[in-house]
Amino acid sequence: MIIIGNTRISDDYFILECKDSQPLPCIKPGQFAHIKVEGNPSVYLRRPFSIHDCNYEKNTISFLIKIVGNGSATLSQLKENEVVSIVYPLGNGFSDEVAAEGKSLLIGGGVGIAPIFFLAKELKRNKCDYDVLLGGKKVSDLLCYSQLKQFCSVFCTTEDGSEGTRGFVTDHEIMRNISRYDRIFCCGPTPMMKAVGKKACDNGIFCEVSLENKMACGFGVCLCCVTPTNDGNRCVCTDGPVFNINELKW
Amino acid sequence: MTNLEVNIHGLTLKNPIMTASGTFGNGYEYSDFFDVSCLGGIILKATTAEKRDGNPYPRMAETANGMINAVGLQNKGVDFFETDIYPKVKYFNTNVIANVAGSSIESYVEVARRMNRFEHIAAIELNISCPNVKQGGMSFGTKPESAREITSAVREVYDKTLIVKLTPNVTSVVDIAEAVIEGGADAVSLVNTFMGMAIDVETRKPVISTITGGVSGPAIKPMALRMVWQVAKAVKVPVIGIGGISTAEDVVEFLLAGATAVEIGTANFINPRATVDALEGLRKYMADHKINDVKELIGGLL
Repeated sequence: MIIIGNTRISDDYFILECKDSQPLPCIKPGQFAHIKVEGNPSVYLRRPFSIHDCNYEKNTISFLIKIVGNGSATLSQLKENEVVSIVYPLGNGFSDEVAAEGKSLLIGGGVGIAPIFFLAKELKRNKCDYDVLLGGKKVSDLLCYSQLKQFCSVFCTTEDGSEGTRGFVTDHEIMRNISRYDRIFCCGPTPMMKAVGKKACDNGIFCEVSLENKMACGFGVCLCCVTPTNDGNRCVCTDGPVFNINELKW
Repeated sequence: MTNLEVNIHGLTLKNPIMTASGTFGNGYEYSDFFDVSCLGGIILKATTAEKRDGNPYPRMAETANGMINAVGLQNKGVDFFETDIYPKVKYFNTNVIANVAGSSIESYVEVARRMNRFEHIAAIELNISCPNVKQGGMSFGTKPESAREITSAVREVYDKTLIVKLTPNVTSVVDIAEAVIEGGADAVSLVNTFMGMAIDVETRKPVISTITGGVSGPAIKPMALRMVWQVAKAVKVPVIGIGGISTAEDVVEFLLAGATAVEIGTANFINPRATVDALEGLRKYMADHKINDVKELIGGLL
């Protein structure tokens, strides 16, 4: 694919937009891509990233990436017109088809907002009823906040109180009345997803979370990215990355 | 017309490029990327007698030009192989080779006996070199006596081509190769992964749950090549080269060192078409160097 945009949105985050010469396959929110990192000898394996947005008319997909190590730092330097090898779409997305009825709550924490934004757009397009809850350490971690506000109802929490409710997403008042939602879709740091999952479990609410384990292959052959489930160790790349919390041994 | 065909003790490979066990699933996972039947052989993920859940996550660490894994032979056991895997892999139009592992001589023999019955399993590769299991695996492959003993026990129940996969974590890989050949091996494949480890300097903890794991990828290629060269000089049976092979040039190096065929492993994770790309590159190399028969390259080191 060809890089058609690389936009730094803060010190830690950037958005990479890539164009395929072929028509895009059908992509579901929650699916991911495996990107080859060129030009850094300390990076050997591909890096998996959630698909953040896609445009079937322009044949483009984009990634919202947090700079955490050598791989993401190298990708942040990509320039327009550079060619990157991307294997996509991989894994299973959120069960967005079940969102047609009732009301859904979409929860994104930090860079976990990347697939949640894509899901929010898809649910909007399908005229589903839903709210979004974003969480971050500080206001600059509330990625896509202003974009989301333009088309859906968004709540937020920050740990430092710089925007919305102070604390974690589970401290937000809408979580106290969680039973008004029929289901939760969540992506964020593991402790956040565990806390949200517990809340959903306690209230008998359908809840899907998107996991982020270290991967080598990305398509189910190396068996490195496993997570313990009721059915033994299963691959996050091919059996997930989206799992129903009832499947997970959390 | 270039001839890419090679022979491993009666087993005809349409070309010398195969896949390394554990890096290619059961083959069909790669069918989205290319027609896997174009390869000389597909070596399946290891099968054990009983289901194994493998080691806890994290099982993998990236290293300079390679990776460490400690998957621990996760697989659903030989019964599942018979009911769910074999019916799919038997349709590949190439050699399908089972990788057999276990925790005791009896469990290796049990799996080998079962594999012997499957018409479309062309050969087995005996895994006495996995560094990531507490019992069995590499412990059989580090001493000539136990390597010979387990090979001859499997030889008694297995009629087709028997390949034994060797560990590099020994003082003399030639001694182990000679021992398994005495035990009845038709060919040897080498090398499995090198034992290694990685430490997270922030937490001061090992990166992988089992502390140590097996290093693979281009980082190990020079050592693997040296071992293949040593073994190929010393033994009369075919040698299959493994270890960091990623490109056609790597394939040619291993053939020149004396390998009759090769297995491409970790490279499949980074480039799912690594095997077929190497095959196309090998054809081009032969054309460029006016080589009509790939067998001219085997042991062709000057």
